[in-house]
Amino acid sequence: MAGLTRTGAPSTGMPGTPDAAASAAASAAAPTVTPAAPSPSGARAPRSGRVRATIAPRRATTWVILGVVGLVFLIPIASMVEFTLRATGGGYDLSHYTALLDPANAGKYAPIWRGLQGSFLLAITTVAIVLFLLAPTMILVTLRFPKLRRPLEFLCLLPLSIPAIVLVVGLAPIYLAIGRAVGTGVWTLAFAYGVTVLPYAYRAIQANLDAIDVRTLTEAARSLGAGWGSVLLKVLAPNLRVGLLSASLISVAVVLGEFTIASLLNRQNLQTALFVVNKQDPYVAVILALLALLFAFLLLLLIGRVGTAAALRRSTPRKDPT
Amino acid sequence: MTTEARVTHAETAPDARTTGSNPLVASGIDGASVSFRDVVKEYGGHRVLHGLDLDIAAGEFVSLLGPSGCGKTTALRVLAGLESPEGGVVRIGGTDVSHVPTNKRDLGMVFQAYSLFPHLTAVENTMFGLGMRKVKKAEARDRALAALELVGLRDFGDRYPAMLSGGQQQRVALARALVTEPRVLLLDEPLSALDAKVRVQLRDEIRRIQLRLAITTVFVTHDQEEALAVSDRIAVMNGGRIEQIGTPEELYRDPATPFVADFVGLSSVIPAEAMGGHATVFGARLPLRAERPDGPVEVLLRPENVRLAADGRGEPATVLESTFLGSLRRTRLRTESGVAIRMQHSADERLAFGDNVRIEVSADSLAVR
Ligand SMILES: Nc1ncnc2c1ncn2[C@@H]1O[C@H](COP(=O)(O)OP(=O)(O)OP(=O)(O)O)[C@@H](O)[C@H]1O
Ligand SMILES: [Mg+2]
Repeated sequence: MAGLTRTGAPSTGMPGTPDAAASAAASAAAPTVTPAAPSPSGARAPRSGRVRATIAPRRATTWVILGVVGLVFLIPIASMVEFTLRATGGGYDLSHYTALLDPANAGKYAPIWRGLQGSFLLAITTVAIVLFLLAPTMILVTLRFPKLRRPLEFLCLLPLSIPAIVLVVGLAPIYLAIGRAVGTGVWTLAFAYGVTVLPYAYRAIQANLDAIDVRTLTEAARSLGAGWGSVLLKVLAPNLRVGLLSASLISVAVVLGEFTIASLLNRQNLQTALFVVNKQDPYVAVILALLALLFAFLLLLLIGRVGTAAALRRSTPRKDPT
Repeated sequence: MTTEARVTHAETAPDARTTGSNPLVASGIDGASVSFRDVVKEYGGHRVLHGLDLDIAAGEFVSLLGPSGCGKTTALRVLAGLESPEGGVVRIGGTDVSHVPTNKRDLGMVFQAYSLFPHLTAVENTMFGLGMRKVKKAEARDRALAALELVGLRDFGDRYPAMLSGGQQQRVALARALVTEPRVLLLDEPLSALDAKVRVQLRDEIRRIQLRLAITTVFVTHDQEEALAVSDRIAVMNGGRIEQIGTPEELYRDPATPFVADFVGLSSVIPAEAMGGHATVFGARLPLRAERPDGPVEVLLRPENVRLAADGRGEPATVLESTFLGSLRRTRLRTESGVAIRMQHSADERLAFGDNVRIEVSADSLAVR
């Protein structure tokens, strides 16, 4: 999540009311620049720098906090690694890792590969829902129905407060109908996952939407002869790249780690497969859990990278004033 | 009038940077006429435009001038098709464009807010509209560079908007709006975010380019000085209506309403008695510019129509404040009868708070309110 916050701007005001939206558009001096960029007057940057210097915790405190947080995260991971390295006859070796790739065990581990396949399919479908349903909806609300922004936000953040198990109870009858209509393929879980990733995807995209002046960019493009397709693909998508990418990556991470819904709705994904295999071979389950963790970690790292790279490129200080 | 203004401007324009060989200038632009007929616009039941009527000739530069919230931007947005009016007709080049979407209206638009696409360089931004019109890449690039040259930024083509100053960004936005050779150029306070010096510079540049391309231009501003400086005609708006439309000279000399008199230029309001088409102000009997029945009237005096009088003549007054403005001084006075007067005079005459002077009118006729 650390990477996510960097991609976004603190929301400026509440463009909920048209008046606020109008005044925001009128007063925004440099709305098209990411917030990291210096304001045209350049007066803001140094001030915020000074503030941060005074309110930041002292160095020692910083290290203590980092140490505690690090331990909380590292101890379980380290013990997982230690566990997977235990040789059957005592001592440590890589036998559990090699066993995973041994063709002789193919049958035993087959559910895992199937689960992995299912999870990837789900990840792709969920990302498609985020990119082609959620993002356009949010853009539409920003441009045409600014009054709906708060309700939409509420709706999108709602899943955070609903435990997965409650969601499943509600979804079960719906999935009966879905099963009859389009089959019980594992991909149908994407509908449920589309809901569970909403809060994360919404935050990522909204932060980016707040950082650019969607309305002015759209109107500029329209006045230059762009149809709505061009506005979305050639103007908005490139400027929402960071938000869309973050939303996609975090959705992938959430989907790959999901267990409850898949299990209760009787679909096979990576986590349910791990659960099954865990009963026969706990080592392999832990190895895969570690790999999934590593994958998620790399994804988050990528999110952070994407954010800073874009911010850097756009905010390169200009050299000569007019 | 229009042609007169054009000639003067063309001659005085600093033309060093751009030469006559610029392809954008050479090809010219066929400006189209614009007309608003009884246009009504409401936001949630609140009426913002009350039956707006406005005719703009092809190639004309018309400013919409008025205080904040009077509906200037709204009028421009209706013309651009970014807002749909509740009533009335908007025509561009004689055709009703009510059902033509913005992207098909063939307009160029520069916004108050910086509107360059942040992910594209200056030249790519400028090429955008050409891309939408399916112009080939190489040709689009040449034309974009020519447009950037027109605004004096040919060497800045590879910069991203964040690497340009505010004034440069607005210049690129202008180039981007002009490169497609639109029929109408719409400018919504494009200069308001810029500092005073750049504002004047870019304002004159916009006017110069407009004259060279002969492009129909609607310029929204709340700065009367800006409007006076560049426009063929000015439409003064107030509360969603046009109070008066005319050349800068007409508006300045003969404001049709008190609002226009107040808004365009500084003026002092002086109570007087009308008698047979004349009124007496500060001891001088002068003809009224508009017909009024005999009785009390209010006449308007511009600061330059008031001067210091020789001893014994004119009206005694006390200096309230005197401001040095470089080549001249502007002084606020109060006459013995309690009327507030603004006077403009040579910087050599140093007046200070509390000085007692005598003033008289230097005009040969009087504008009536
Ligand atoms: N989207 C909107 N929804 C509701 N009211 C609006 C909207 N846009 C403008 N208005 C109202 O319409 C009126 C005219 O607005 P407009 O933007 O045309 O003013 P303006 O003359 O351009 O002012 P300024 O000089 O401040 O830009 C204002 O009272 C404004 O509050
Ligand atoms: Mg406005």
